[in-house]
Amino acid sequence: MGVLTRNLDLFVAHFGETLRLFAFSAVISLLAGVFLAMLRVSPVPVFRGVGTLYVTVVRNTPLTLVFVFFVFAYPYLEIIKFEFFTAAVVALSIYTSAFVCEVVRSGINTVPVGQAEASRALGLTFTQMLGSIVLPQAMRSVVPPMVSTFIALLKNTTVAAGFSVREAGAIRDALSEAGESTLVGMLWVAGIFVLLVMPLTFLQRVLEKRWSVAR
Amino acid sequence: MRVRALTAVLLAGGLALTACGKEGTGTETGAPAGVFEVAKDVKVDGSPTFEKIKSRGSLVVGVKEDQPGLGFKDPTTNKYTGFDIDMAKLIAAQLGFDPETKIQFKTIQSAAREQAIINGDIDYYVGTYSITAARKEKVSFAGPYYVAGQDLLVKKDNTAITGPDTIKDKKVCSVTGATPAKKLRDDKLVQPDSNVVELQSYSLCVTKLHDGEVDAVSTDDAILKGYAAAEPDKLKVVGKTFSTEKYGIGLAKDDKALRDKINEVLEKSLTDGKWDDIYKNTLGKSGAEGKHPTLEKY
Repeated sequence: MGVLTRNLDLFVAHFGETLRLFAFSAVISLLAGVFLAMLRVSPVPVFRGVGTLYVTVVRNTPLTLVFVFFVFAYPYLEIIKFEFFTAAVVALSIYTSAFVCEVVRSGINTVPVGQAEASRALGLTFTQMLGSIVLPQAMRSVVPPMVSTFIALLKNTTVAAGFSVREAGAIRDALSEAGESTLVGMLWVAGIFVLLVMPLTFLQRVLEKRWSVAR
Repeated sequence: MRVRALTAVLLAGGLALTACGKEGTGTETGAPAGVFEVAKDVKVDGSPTFEKIKSRGSLVVGVKEDQPGLGFKDPTTNKYTGFDIDMAKLIAAQLGFDPETKIQFKTIQSAAREQAIINGDIDYYVGTYSITAARKEKVSFAGPYYVAGQDLLVKKDNTAITGPDTIKDKKVCSVTGATPAKKLRDDKLVQPDSNVVELQSYSLCVTKLHDGEVDAVSTDDAILKGYAAAEPDKLKVVGKTFSTEKYGIGLAKDDKALRDKINEVLEKSLTDGKWDDIYKNTLGKSGAEGKHPTLEKY
């Protein structure tokens, strides 16, 4: 307990940063992921190709490398200057959206083809069909893997510690320099992560219950 | 051109992160012949660590591998060089073990030092390890064998940064969670808060300094001198220290006998000139004078 109480402001500040990273990246990657999934099921071959290429490349790149690119290589392109926090959000979102995309796509695959065919027969456009018939059903069937993806995102935020974002992953280094027990400190970090994941699992249960009657 | 620079940086950055390669040159170091004379029939009564070393027949010494001039591992030859490495070798020789064949160097990150000593993974640690009250509660220290101070590393042509009071609105890089970064924040030397850049290693900071993305790198002058010595035409150390860091040899807390023995070795090295020989061949190459530390025998 001592390690936590003595360094309470450190824990609060760093976990606050973790949550900020998580919130921004979660929203962006959810939107981007759904958009990517739409690309991947689109009838236009070019769109499908772009979506597939993105997912294949990003999903096979270690997150650390994505970070390295945005923190060390991206500045050479001299496009827009990023703060380290922004760079971290971009790296996390780019990475996570590939996973969100595949989760959404697997959901789309669970919707019977007949639904799409029926909506087309009714004269709906592709976007209308996807937006009002397929996606709502797809999203309902992928709650557990989607929550898993976001739990992974929450934990992945710790990678940012090596790139000048002072979040939970950096607590260990700070504790070590302060001469505190890093082992106990890490146990607290792990414990707090469990606490942070709990609302997500709760959300999962609520959504599963509420949406289970949909089909 | 841009693309080529980008590729180079990506590669370098990736390698640095995985610690497969390092920027900065490992200057050829090594104390002159005669410094590491192996002592015979060494006895350290009542030292559990020494008993362990004897039964193993060799030493395991914790060091750093990414600090040119101090503790640096050449990625091509896997050889360790630097001031700290030579200090570790000197101690090994005085404990009766041939530093060329009986030392196994083990790279231990800053954040894992105490734990490595407590676990007994290493016999002692030599790697810019500042003696602090909090650390003394977990491990004990022989020394100090070097007294450093926080300083600033800047590009050679930088005239705007002349000391700690000239970096207020500059970007200053240090290592994640480390004391120098904390001091920059706590003493409000750099404003705003986000201008303190924290990366995983000083090599990465130096890369960023070369790129002009940060204006200075801040940590102990010993470490900075190592980088300046590797690229003296591009980098310089400002030379106005604003803290005092006493580097000690970290060892197990309950091992007073070994601590006394190492203190004795260090004391002798200060009087018989071996300390100066080691300094001259490593950090001394930066051109800065080496000041003798005063041993603390607590």
